[in-house]
Amino acid sequence: MKGAPGPRTLVSPSQLRSTRGRIVYWVVFSLVLLAFTLAFLFPLYWAVTGAMKSPDELARIPPTLVPEQWQPETFAQAWNELDLGKYFLNTIVVAGGAWLLQLAVAVPAAFALSKLRPVLGGAVLGLMLATLMLPASALLVPTYLTVSDVPLLGVNLLSTPAAIWLPAAASAFNIYLLKRFFDQIPDELIEAATIDGAGPVRILLRIVLPISRPVLAVVSIFAVVAAWKDFIWPLLVLQDPGTQTLSVLLQRVAPDLRLDLLVAGLVLASLPMVGLFLVFQKQILAGLTAGSLKG
Amino acid sequence: MSVSARRRRRLAENVTAYGLLSAALVVFALFSWYPIVRGVVLSFQQVNFVSDPEWVGFDNFELLFADPLFGVAWRNTLLFTGLALVFGFAIPFVTAVLLNELRHARAYFRLVVYLPVMLPPVVTALLWKWFYDPGPGLFNEGLRAAGLPDLAWLDSSDTAMLSLVLVSTWANMGSTTLIYLAALQTIPGDLYEAAELDGAGIWRRLWHVTVPQTRFVLLVLLLLQVVATMQVFTEPFVMTGGGPDDSTVTVLLLLYRYAFVYNDFGSASALSLLLFVALGVFSAAYVRLTKRSAE
Repeated sequence: MKGAPGPRTLVSPSQLRSTRGRIVYWVVFSLVLLAFTLAFLFPLYWAVTGAMKSPDELARIPPTLVPEQWQPETFAQAWNELDLGKYFLNTIVVAGGAWLLQLAVAVPAAFALSKLRPVLGGAVLGLMLATLMLPASALLVPTYLTVSDVPLLGVNLLSTPAAIWLPAAASAFNIYLLKRFFDQIPDELIEAATIDGAGPVRILLRIVLPISRPVLAVVSIFAVVAAWKDFIWPLLVLQDPGTQTLSVLLQRVAPDLRLDLLVAGLVLASLPMVGLFLVFQKQILAGLTAGSLKG
Repeated sequence: MSVSARRRRRLAENVTAYGLLSAALVVFALFSWYPIVRGVVLSFQQVNFVSDPEWVGFDNFELLFADPLFGVAWRNTLLFTGLALVFGFAIPFVTAVLLNELRHARAYFRLVVYLPVMLPPVVTALLWKWFYDPGPGLFNEGLRAAGLPDLAWLDSSDTAMLSLVLVSTWANMGSTTLIYLAALQTIPGDLYEAAELDGAGIWRRLWHVTVPQTRFVLLVLLLLQVVATMQVFTEPFVMTGGGPDDSTVTVLLLLYRYAFVYNDFGSASALSLLLFVALGVFSAAYVRLTKRSAE
């Protein structure tokens, strides 16, 4: 067998090397390969090709596996009819702003808690982490009311991107991940810089941030993906149709839209995230295991 | 350094630290801590936006208990959570164990299983709604090809909830599978070798080595999945709107109706408080039980 030997697992290597073991291995391998391709890639193939079928062909029973007439112009038509350019821009503004604000809030906070260790820092961190225990849905209504009339400031953020940016910035998870990473940076490094006369902000910008690239990448990708995928919160706070994100738009127009245009719109709306995944696969899959088990 | 100089430096550090923390403190105070308190208070208030909120004691809760949909929503939510555990917890574990034995195309498996996780949930829900279409839908076509009778999928109250669980499992199993896979890869190979020398076959090795070694991850993910699936909203909202015959009205869908259809923010908050208490009691009991069984 050509595959890397790898570490010892459930099945013993000697069993795998026997003729019977090899046959079983390749049968199981082929079945899993087929099942995975059918389950996870085929639906996407169906969507991409479905968008390119004519409306008549799309309604036909039985459906065609390969479009008889390819109509790639449906994508352009969906883009124009749904005004997708505007909604892409809305989504990019929402996701990009949420990302930048999350970093701007969490990085200095995590640095202060990790390296400056102020009085009551532990209590502040505790109060932040405690919010992780709350299911997001428990805060939907009071946060909605808060966003519609921000205390002290008295402004109404509904149907503005700030209604998404600000609550997203109150992310204890980002602060937790960043603080855990900053904790591993040796204090000697910070002290040496202090003796050289560097202030905390300079240390943060010149020393801490450059060595924190991996964790910043993880936090960034997760912030962007989460904002792009979110539905319920944008649905609540972006009521003005012109300000909505792609997800809210698609859900709103789906019942009345011609099927081929809808499917084309769905494919287009997924492309940025699929592209992001193909580019940042390594970081995303590494962050998945680092991020999901907070303990 | 004199005592007063040291004290002055410590004070300066504290000022800098709280300066760096200020943005986080403001967004947490406004969009996290304040809404938590406000949510609890709202549960006991009647809010009509004309006059000031009025304290109504347990009236909101009584109103909820009297709503026939209240019991239906909880039953549906528990059904969803239960089914989601059967599929979303068991299938990824089996898949991960299987993938861990395969020596080829690993990168491909990891890539395709995670691809659906990147799609916006609204896109997934609308795509699957089309796949479920009783006429030219992909799934009934698959059933016909296999010589099986058609299913009504979303159109029958018997199968609608199951259909939603299938979408949600498909969309989310990538992250669960990969987290299990990462856990499986940390199991030391000599444990399997030792078990094999002791005469344990594959199934006994699976039960006595693999399962205990991944127990912590299994338990954490079980908890996280229950908490996440109890808050299901996007699939029923986009795919069925709660129908047919209220068979897919979930707690969060009911909460949405109370807040944004009936404009009864007090009762909606009371419902989130109940959801929070239910999840809190579950989490606490669960943590205790697992702690005890770990001792």
